[in-house]
Amino acid sequence: MSPAAAAATAAHSMTTAAAESHGFLSPTGVEIAFLLVGLVTFGAALVTVTTKQLVHAALWLVVTLGGIAVEYLLLTAEFIAWVQVLIYVGSVVVLLLFGLMLTKAPIGRSPDADSGNRWAALAVAVAAAAALVWVVVDAFRATWIDLGGPAAGSTEATGASLFQNWVLPFEALSVLLLAALVGAIVLSRKAKTEKSSPPVNSRPATGSSPSVPDSRNHPVERNGSVKGTESAEQEGGR
Amino acid sequence: MTTTTLAVLVPLLPFLGAAAGLLLGRTAPGFVRPLAVLPTLAALVLAAVIAVRQGGDQAVDAATELTPTGSVPIELALHIDGFAALVAVLVGFVATCVQIYSTGYLRDDPRYPSYAALVALFTSAMLLVVYSGDLIVLLVGWEIMGICSYFLVGHYWETPEARAASIKAFLVTKLGDVPFLIGLFALATDAGSFRITTVLGAVTHGGLDHPTLIALLLLAGVAGKSAQFPLHTWLPDAMAGPTPVSALIHAATMVAAGVYFIARLLPVFEASQAAMIVLAVMAAVTMVGSGLAALAQDDIKRVLAYSTIGQLGYMTGALAVGDRGAAVFHLLSHGAFKALLFLAAGVIIHAAGTNSLAAMSRMRDLRARVPDAYWTMTVALLALAAIPPFSGFFSKESVLGAAEHVATGHTEHAPGVAGWTILVAGLLTALLTAAYAMRLWLLAFRGRGTEAPDHGRQPLTMTVVLWVLAVPSLALGGLAYRVLPDWFDGRDLAPTLTTSVLGTGVALVGGIVTYGAWRYTASVAAHSPIGAVAAHPEGDAARVEAEAIASHAPAYGDVASAPDPADPGRLLLGPLHRHAAGGFHLDAVYTALFVRPVQAGATLVRFLDREVVETYVRGAGALPRWLGIAVRRAQTGNLQTYVSALLAGTVVLAVAVVLVATGA
Amino acid sequence: MHLAYPAVLSTLLFCTGLYGVLARRNAILVLMSVEVMLNAVNLNLVAFDVWLSKAAEETLHSGQALTLFTIAIAAAEIGIGLAIVLAVHRNRGTADIDKLRDTAEGHETDGPDSDARTAEQADRTGKAEATA
Repeated sequence: MSPAAAAATAAHSMTTAAAESHGFLSPTGVEIAFLLVGLVTFGAALVTVTTKQLVHAALWLVVTLGGIAVEYLLLTAEFIAWVQVLIYVGSVVVLLLFGLMLTKAPIGRSPDADSGNRWAALAVAVAAAAALVWVVVDAFRATWIDLGGPAAGSTEATGASLFQNWVLPFEALSVLLLAALVGAIVLSRKAKTEKSSPPVNSRPATGSSPSVPDSRNHPVERNGSVKGTESAEQEGGR
Repeated sequence: MTTTTLAVLVPLLPFLGAAAGLLLGRTAPGFVRPLAVLPTLAALVLAAVIAVRQGGDQAVDAATELTPTGSVPIELALHIDGFAALVAVLVGFVATCVQIYSTGYLRDDPRYPSYAALVALFTSAMLLVVYSGDLIVLLVGWEIMGICSYFLVGHYWETPEARAASIKAFLVTKLGDVPFLIGLFALATDAGSFRITTVLGAVTHGGLDHPTLIALLLLAGVAGKSAQFPLHTWLPDAMAGPTPVSALIHAATMVAAGVYFIARLLPVFEASQAAMIVLAVMAAVTMVGSGLAALAQDDIKRVLAYSTIGQLGYMTGALAVGDRGAAVFHLLSHGAFKALLFLAAGVIIHAAGTNSLAAMSRMRDLRARVPDAYWTMTVALLALAAIPPFSGFFSKESVLGAAEHVATGHTEHAPGVAGWTILVAGLLTALLTAAYAMRLWLLAFRGRGTEAPDHGRQPLTMTVVLWVLAVPSLALGGLAYRVLPDWFDGRDLAPTLTTSVLGTGVALVGGIVTYGAWRYTASVAAHSPIGAVAAHPEGDAARVEAEAIASHAPAYGDVASAPDPADPGRLLLGPLHRHAAGGFHLDAVYTALFVRPVQAGATLVRFLDREVVETYVRGAGALPRWLGIAVRRAQTGNLQTYVSALLAGTVVLAVAVVLVATGA
Repeated sequence: MHLAYPAVLSTLLFCTGLYGVLARRNAILVLMSVEVMLNAVNLNLVAFDVWLSKAAEETLHSGQALTLFTIAIAAAEIGIGLAIVLAVHRNRGTADIDKLRDTAEGHETDGPDSDARTAEQADRTGKAEATA
């Protein structure tokens, strides 16, 4: 318990004053709202990982991510909350839906959505949850967040911090995004040249089924373009 | 050069020739024949020079101790008396003849270089045995001969008969050599030295504590080497080797070594009456049994092999009555005519394309194809049958005379029982010897039927050697019986009247009876054609012989006999023929006594190894294997399983760390 | 606000995502579960940043900055991940994780080829149907 205990003592010294004024069993309005939204979020997450309908899973993921965005708002991190909505709900989920469609995921209930590993996974997850919850609760049961005063995560505060203290990692991150962009294109292109070059070459000679290479190329191109807009969106959002 | 230096060179020259022949055999094939013949010839010349210098006088003794060897010293010693000098001359003579003959006989053989080198090594080992004055040095030569005989008998190793015969020769002689070695150690421990002169000195002073035990142990080794009953069974099978090798083994080396060894150490054997009786009985059984067996053989070389066993029986018989002069005399004359018989048989087999007497008896004019072999073999057979004035007569009469001498109680060296045994068995054997010699001659040269095939003249190297060997076969006995006593113990070797008349008489009776039987059966021969000849009659002699040996069993159903109703031996032996052809079933007895128990023991050991020891090994291996199977089943290839296991482990570790950190 | 609420929520979300990663068969659902896990971590980062920025005099807002970075990296990851899943789907005709068992004990080496062939055929028939 030493790391958790150390953190707890450190936190305790900083929040002694706050601890005096908050009762454990007397929740404030923010806490009730956080709890309710958190229950919804957790429920949505559970449905996401258990539902038999693949498309529903993506839609429930939207609920989960939106719930987390609300939680950000409740924690006064408004900029992060909007970025969350824009990027995750706006683009990542759309991307995942495209992926589902391109891999011809069945619409409707698919009984084999879970693998045979389910019970082992459940055991591991429950055990991990029990251990983590126990440790976290034990460490932070006497710690309160002071949500009063100016918002800790306003756009102004975040922007100042980001472009004063974190500007170098921020620029490095753009290089990473570029690398991911190139990597995604290369992954797609490589498969395309290998798979579709014989039909491309034989097309004038045989004139057979020109739709095959085309239809095969479409997902890759679309994927790339979505990728591009998405990363552009990210840049813009930031 | 001193006599000692020359004597060292005698065994050394063939040994160096063998080493050089083995080294140069592949790179310089042109040197192989000179390297095979010349050292042996030089050894013969040197041995003759030594014999002349020694001249039957005081024995030449020389010894040098190379290194201290513990309580009983081993020395490089020479001991050359009259016996050694003359036997060395015989060995050199026969070996030279065999080497010259082999150049023609194995003319096209690709393995000739190693063959010639092994023959030279064989000769060298025998000369070492002859000249050695130390029992351990003698044993070295003795064992080298054993291994050389293994290689040479197995020269045609492509045929299963030769492989089986070479292993049999090696194992049976080794069966005798183990007691022989123990006997040598016992003798040296009792006498305090391995030097033959010291041992003999100790014996004359009554220094042996266990004479009977030592003599019987040594006798086992001698019986193995000299092919005496009951360890003689390897010798007829050794006919699967090339004919020159048979001539060498039977005439001068190997089998002569045993007789020579007893002749050297006769006082040791004489110290025990029991050993002398055993020796006499052994000799008698060997003589008579081999005579009967020889009469039933179909393979010409097997007839000669059994005759060798019988003649060796004469020699051991002479030793059993305490007359080593007669024994070595017979050894010398027998060496000459037996080498001639084998070499002539080789020529006949080459010319006839078969080694079967039944097949030869259906060939007309075989003697016209091989006139040299015909005349020389006639001489040698007469010598074998002990017809005067051929050399075999004098040597055999000296043996019979010595036996009579003992039987009538004129000596204290040997028991009278031994004398009577040898005398009666010797006369019976003389009858049988004449009978099978006559049968061999009639069947080989007086055949009727289709004309013998003509393959042209035999090589000069082969025929000249026959005439060279015919001279001592004809004249050695008559000339030597007056001179030899000077070289030997001084005892008279001249034939006595009683034994001469008796011996020659029974020999004539045997020959005439066989002739009569042949006249009776020859008319039958025309009605029952039989025979098979080699597939490549134009090949060199060695190849023809190898094919003849390989085809005998398929053609006639057995390596030893043929179902020939026209065989006079069959008529003479009557119901005994079947047993005699198979060597009186001694091989079956050995199979029951030794082979089966050994194989049963091997089966038991294999069972123990497979079922008992292996069980533990398998048990030890099963647990890791099961663990491996379990671990292998975990390798499903499913990433999710892997990650589940990984995270489960992480959770367990994290909980463990937390518990340890909180001191719970 | 009690710090335990966001911390426990993020823990539960993380373990939910963990279950999804381990139990889902479709690779895209696995990617969704990974997103849930990442968001759980983000929630944790934001909550602790808010708590520390109020408790301490000077703050770098490192939690929020890292959250932004995580979001950017997650976006890149989802792009690359989907590209890989699509490539696998093209080659193997399936996006099911428990069918991609090339590393299994006793897996025959020509399996992928035949798989690829059948996948291609399936692809073609599928495309033919689509064009028809």
